[in-house]
Formats: sequence, structure tokens, C-alpha cells
Amino acid sequence: MNLTLKIWRQKDANDKGQMVDYNVTDISEHMSFLEMMDVLNEQLINTGDEPVAFDHDCREGICGMCSMYINGEAHGPDRNVTTCQLHMRMFKDGDTITIEPFRATAFPVIKDLVVDRTSFERIQQAGGFISVNTSGNTQDGNAIPIPKKDADDAMDAATCIGCGACVASCKNSSAMLFVGAKVSQYALLPQGRVEATERVQNMVAQMDLEGFGNCTNTGACEIECPKGISLENIARMNTEFMKASLKG
Amino acid sequence: MATLDSKTPKGPLKDKWTSYKNKIDLVNPANKRNIDVIVVGTGLAGGSAAATLAELGYNVKAFAYQDSPRRAHSIAAQGGINAAKNYQGDGDSSYRLFYDTVKGGDYRSREANVHRLAEVSANIIDQCVAQGVPFARDYGGMLDNRSFGGVLVSRTFYAKGQTGQQLLLGAYSAMNRQIARGKIEMFNRHEMLDVVKVDGKARGIIARNLITGEIERHSAHAVVIATGGYGNVYFLSTNAMGSNATAAWKIHKKGAHFANPCYTQIHPTCIPRSGDYQSKLTLMSESLRNDGRIWVPKNMEDVMAIREGRKSPTELTEEERDYYLERRYPAFGNLVPRDVASRAAKERCDAGYGVNKTGEAVYLDFKSAIARYGNEQAKLKGINNPSEDKVYELGQAIIEEKYGNLFQMYNKIVDEDPYKTPMMIYPATHYTMGGVWVDYNLMTTVEGLYCIGEANFSDHGANRLGASALMQGLADGYFVLPYTIGHYLSKDIRTGKIPTDTKEFDEAEKEVTERINFFVNNNGSKSVDYFHKKLGKIMWEKVGMARNEKGLKEAMAEIKAVREDFWKEVKVPGTADEMNPELEKAGRVADFLELGELFAKDALNRNESCGGHFREESVELDGLQKGEAKRDDVNYAYVAAWEYKGEPADAVLHKEQLEFNDIELKQRSYK
Repeated sequence: MNLTLKIWRQKDANDKGQMVDYNVTDISEHMSFLEMMDVLNEQLINTGDEPVAFDHDCREGICGMCSMYINGEAHGPDRNVTTCQLHMRMFKDGDTITIEPFRATAFPVIKDLVVDRTSFERIQQAGGFISVNTSGNTQDGNAIPIPKKDADDAMDAATCIGCGACVASCKNSSAMLFVGAKVSQYALLPQGRVEATERVQNMVAQMDLEGFGNCTNTGACEIECPKGISLENIARMNTEFMKASLKG
Repeated sequence: MATLDSKTPKGPLKDKWTSYKNKIDLVNPANKRNIDVIVVGTGLAGGSAAATLAELGYNVKAFAYQDSPRRAHSIAAQGGINAAKNYQGDGDSSYRLFYDTVKGGDYRSREANVHRLAEVSANIIDQCVAQGVPFARDYGGMLDNRSFGGVLVSRTFYAKGQTGQQLLLGAYSAMNRQIARGKIEMFNRHEMLDVVKVDGKARGIIARNLITGEIERHSAHAVVIATGGYGNVYFLSTNAMGSNATAAWKIHKKGAHFANPCYTQIHPTCIPRSGDYQSKLTLMSESLRNDGRIWVPKNMEDVMAIREGRKSPTELTEEERDYYLERRYPAFGNLVPRDVASRAAKERCDAGYGVNKTGEAVYLDFKSAIARYGNEQAKLKGINNPSEDKVYELGQAIIEEKYGNLFQMYNKIVDEDPYKTPMMIYPATHYTMGGVWVDYNLMTTVEGLYCIGEANFSDHGANRLGASALMQGLADGYFVLPYTIGHYLSKDIRTGKIPTDTKEFDEAEKEVTERINFFVNNNGSKSVDYFHKKLGKIMWEKVGMARNEKGLKEAMAEIKAVREDFWKEVKVPGTADEMNPELEKAGRVADFLELGELFAKDALNRNESCGGHFREESVELDGLQKGEAKRDDVNYAYVAAWEYKGEPADAVLHKEQLEFNDIELKQRSYK
């Protein structure tokens, strides 16, 4: 198939940036979206132009590095996939595809489609851990039985890949789904309960400090999340936050 | 040729690690605050090492090329992590895990290292549970297990099909705690481009800031390399796009010997390639072989009919299918080790029985498992005489719970529903057992320079068992290196801060800068990928699943020719002082073009078949094992460690003779 691509080009963080049109031809429906981008870049290199910078690494939907906003949706039109798992069979010959970076105040553009997500790092550093040292003397893994349902729910929350699609999809650029998932994982496990109060308070405080917006329960984040992280996690975080506030 | 000293402690195998720990020198907490350690790479090995060293009190500087440690490629490991917990009561023990690993590695690993790995394996699970890793549990709330290839017990712990992700997030959380306290200084989007040696000791690195292009100097009392394997030398592999061998290769050029590069794991169950544009291959976890049966049609007519789309695989009766692993290896069946399963798939496809258009695919079929689970569920739910559809529905739900994310991934890539038609799979490069040579302390042949995880060579011999990579990465980082490096650093408490304004740093930085300037100014006619693909094709065809003398010699000459062309014709757009992904790739491919040749040279030197290394000249000619790989313990029971001497072809061989005192060397039989 032949396609027209409208791509955001921005030299660096200080550049204003603009949309630029490109054409690609003979794209196979079996290609992944990023393989289509590889074809474009090879074409640009051969004609002496600068290739489009975009983040990507594992190309199997788990590292959370790829971050394109395609035709107005984070990770494009398919559901439960990252951009690297999006295939060209979702498009048809003659289509025009708009490709932008994830946009949010807390995700400044570094270059072209690459954004800076270190705000997520700082939220994790504020409390996304259990304070246990590596000693080799922790108690046996089976010492505390964990109900299967709790372990499964914690796992579902923990599958978040930290890509930031929730933020990019939210009209308020809220990071509540991301933070809610981490808070939930630990809140559901006995090992995480010990620090539950401080954790939710510190992570939420850091989230606000980074300039992420608030949640207004629209649910776009849940629809666009490549891992299907549920809104329940936001509700659970709110409950945890409320409990923490009462404890003081 | 010199003989290498592994510095393995004396005494009985089972006591070595304990008595070693009892006797080493320690650094007191106040002195640890004056010692800096650089950790390059933040996957399971690097991440766990950085966190633990910081907890102990050292000042850690950690480097990752991604924008977060959480994105290292350990995250893609699916199936699980082994540990000798014997929760299932099926006869497991740390000795048995040790034995299985040495046997699985075809008796080419270092006995003492493997025993230590098996000893600390149980601690890893406890540590991860304490960190909040949500391992799968049964209805009683206890940790669940599954089986992997090459073993007869269930010792694999898992978190759905995302075990690597969860373990990495565990190590990442431990790192975050230390980053918050200032004990780890994290350098994201940075790439190490050389190591700096002062008086023969590793004392720092030169790194490039991948956002600004700035070249930076970082000093430390010791340097730890944890940058993973070199599978991308094949261009197509299950590795991430950015996975590279640059750090390992750079230290090789500065004096670290590189061991057994020819030991590469070709994983049997990957999604087959679909076209020339393909950028990477996707793994389907080995855990699928717990329930999936591998087959090709028995009759050539059916093969042709399927390829031409006249027949669907589901139409073939049991009698018309050749479950070739069950036929050839009745004892282990579909759960033979990876090297055996890969070669068996290649054998069938080479004989013309491949089931897709390219002739390079076999089936992985879940029909029997779905029926088995369905009937079991019907019984549990008290449904008498369930319809076939009901059994299917109940069985599918169980398969979905176990492998749901893998089936979804397959469906998205291939556009076929694997619950209805069998998956198509074919072997692909996945893991490299070879790597930087290290002694028992995990130190390379350069003093103060350590190498851990997949980047080193030590624990898996010539073939790695499934679910053992995660185990080794975390064992090295959490439980081994923190002891061994302390012993070394105890001599450095009076050294003080290492200055970076010295001639050693000047020289290393100059070399790095010159190479970068060459790339951006060369203005050749071909892209970096053009050369990488050429190298990959040579590697796959002549240094792939089956190797012979003629092909290996050709490969060495061809790789050298591609390398020479690369340095003349490579084209890198953009400048050095900006984010420039093509420039990053150019440096990595330049190193692969040298490593590939050493790889072929090592494969040529090893005229035996062992594990993932299969020489067509060395096969069993008769008896029950006819056609199977033939190992040569008399001539090749050694580690081949190569010393850099300029051109890869000139590398000098050093041998570490492998001694097996606790295990009898036997032919590896899975029949």
C-alpha cells in the first residue's frame, strides 16, 4: 500500500517544531508500524535527509519505550497493543496517517517523536518500592500465604509498562492510572501493606509536583492502555489515599 | 597459549561458597562511603547489583541506554525463573538443579560457579517475594510452579507470561529506593563507549549522553559490565533493537578475554519470519511446550496442500501427523532442551516438511491440552457427558489463564487465532552463553573490571536451560558480586577519589571522539542497517544452527570484507552533538563486525558438537544416538578464552581446562 505520513519534526527541546509530509510506497500489510517507520528512515537516509527520531526497543510490546500518538490515539487505532505491535493491516492503501509525540506538560519533547518521561521515574522514586534490603535472609516465599485473587489482581496492576499512553490520552494529562497501578500492586500484597500510608501520600505528592493533571473519570486512559490496566486501580488509589489522610 | 586460573576455592564442592564467604576480607561501613562503583547496564544483573551495592553503602553510578532502567531487555523474558525450592516435593534439590544445569550445558560450564548458582537460587525467590513481586499462586495461597525443558521436576516460578518484567520491576524498585537516597546516581540515555584503565586497573568509563551527544568521564574504584548478550550479531534475533555488545567488546579490546563466542542459543519456538523488512523476531515462551505438541505432516502431499492453502492443519488426523520430538525423544518428548528441539525442527524443515511458504515453520498445537483441561474442568464442575464445544470452551479458559498474553501476542503479529489453528514456530537466535571470561569472583582478566549476567560466559556452558537466565542475572547481582567485589575493594579503602583529569582519561576520550567524528564525516553511500543485515545473513547461513569447516572459513573472510566496506562506505546522517540514533547504531554495528569474525573463528577451532554449537563433522554415526551431536571430551573439555591482538583473526587462544569432580561426564541423552 502507499501512504501519506504527516509527522511531527522538532530538532530539539528548544525548537518550535512542525508537521512535515512524507510519502511511503509498497508497504506490506504484515509489517509492524515501526517497520514501516524503518522503511521511511532508510528512504530519508538514502536521499540525504535526517531520519525521524522515535523511541523503541524490545519491539514486542513489553519495554514501554515506544510512544507515538497516531491518528489522535496513543499507540494508534488497535486495542491492547503498543505501537511496535500495531500492524499495517489496520490501515489501507491511500490513507493519510498523522504521527505525533505523546503530548503533556510533564513529558517535554526531546526530539521529533521522542519525549522525556523522567517525571515517571521521580514518582517511582518517591515510593514505588518496598523497603527491604537484599540479605539472603528474608523469610521463606511461602511463609505468608497470599489469596490467589489478591496475587492475580496485584499482577494485573503490575503489568503496567510505564509507557505513558494514559497521560497522552487524558484531556487533563493525568497520571492517575500509572500511579494507581503501582499503589495497587503493593496495597494488595501483605508485604506492601507495611508502608502503604506513606507510599500513597508520597507518590501522589510527587505526581502533583510534576505537573500532571487530575482525574475526571473519563476513562480514556483505560481504553488506550496497551496492557488493559483497569480504572479500578484509580479507585483503589483514592481509597488508599483517603485512608492515609484519615490516619494523618 | 597460557592457562587461565579460575581462582576457584579449594575444598569440597558443596562447601566452597560458604567457606569462601567466611574467609574474604570485608569493608567497614564507613569506608564503603568512600568507594565508588560504576555499573553499566540495568537489566536483572546490573539492576540487582546496583541496588545491592548501594544498600551496602557504596556510591553507585548506574548507566542505561534506555530512558529508564525498567526498560532493559530482561523485561522480555516470559516463562519463569528456576529455583531449587522443592515446594512440589518432586525430588528437587540444589544438587539436582546444579546437575541439570551442568548436563543441560553439555558439560562445558565451570562446576563451582554452577553449584553456587544452584545454592543461592532459593534465596532469589524469597527476596523477590519480599520485594512485592506478584508470582503466580495456587488456591491455597502458595507459590505455583511449572516445568521447563531438559528437567524432570517442576521448579520454575512465574508471573503469568511476564516473569522477566516482574523481576526487573522488583530490581528497579530496589534501585529507586537507593536513587531516592542518593546512593545510586542514575544516568539514563547514556551509552558506555570505553573503559579507562589506570595502572592496569579499571578505574572509569567514557560515556556518551545520548540526548546532547556530550562525551563524559566517570571514575570509580571498580567497573561492572552487565550489558547482556551479543545475539544481535545475527541482525534478526529475539533481542531488543538496541541490545548490543559494545561495552563487552570495548573491554575485550582493553584486555578482557572473550570466552566461547560460538556458544549461542537458537530458541526453538519463535514466530517465523515473514519478509525482508523484518526488524526482529518474537519469542513464544518455552513454557508453551508444557502443553503444546510440536508436529509436521507425515506426508509430503499434505505439506504441499497446506502451503498452497488447499488444506488446513486442523483437517489432518492424528495418524497423518508426525510428532517428531515425541517420536525421537520419548523420555523428554516436547520438553527436550532448546538446542535439541531447534535442530530437530531444522532437520524436518531441511527435509522439506516446513509448513509455511518459506518452508521454515513447524506447528505447536494445543488441541490435546485444551481437550485434557476441558474434560478435567467438566468433571470438577460436575458436568456429565459434556458436548465437544463445552469441553473446548472450558479447556480454552485454562489455556488462556496460563498463556493468554502469549496467544494475544501471536494473534496480533500473525493475524491467526492460535486457539483454533496451531501456532507456527521456527528457531531464532535468542541468548548467548559465551561472553566475557570471568573467574570465580566474576572478575575479568582486567583487575577491578567485573562482568555479570548474560554478558559473561560462566554458568550455562554450551547450552542454557529455560528459566535459568533470570536466575543467573539475579544471583550474580543480588548474591554473588556484592561479596566478591567487596573482597577486591577492601584493598582500595585508602585510594581516595579517582581523578578524571589524567592522561588515561584524555587518551580514552580522544579515541572515542575520533571514532564518532569519523562516522558523522564519512558521508559514504550505504546505511548502517545495510551492513548489519549483510553481517546477519552470513552469520545465520554459515555460523547458525549447523556449522562446518568450509562455511566457517568462508564466513571469516566474508565478514572481514563487509567490515572493510563498512569503514569505507558507511553513511551516518546528522551531527555528533545531538540525539542521533543512526550514530549510536553505527558504533554498535562496527563492534558486531569484529565480534562476528571472532565468533566464526571460535566455531572453527571447536571441532566438536556440544550444546548450541553443532559441527556437521562431529555426529554419532551409529547406535541408538545415530545422527545426534557428538561431543569430544578428550580434546575440547576447555573454555576457549580469546585475547585481543588487533584483527579478530589474530586473536590468541587461552584455555581454561574444565574439571568435573562431582559429575561424571556422560553423553547427554534425552531419548
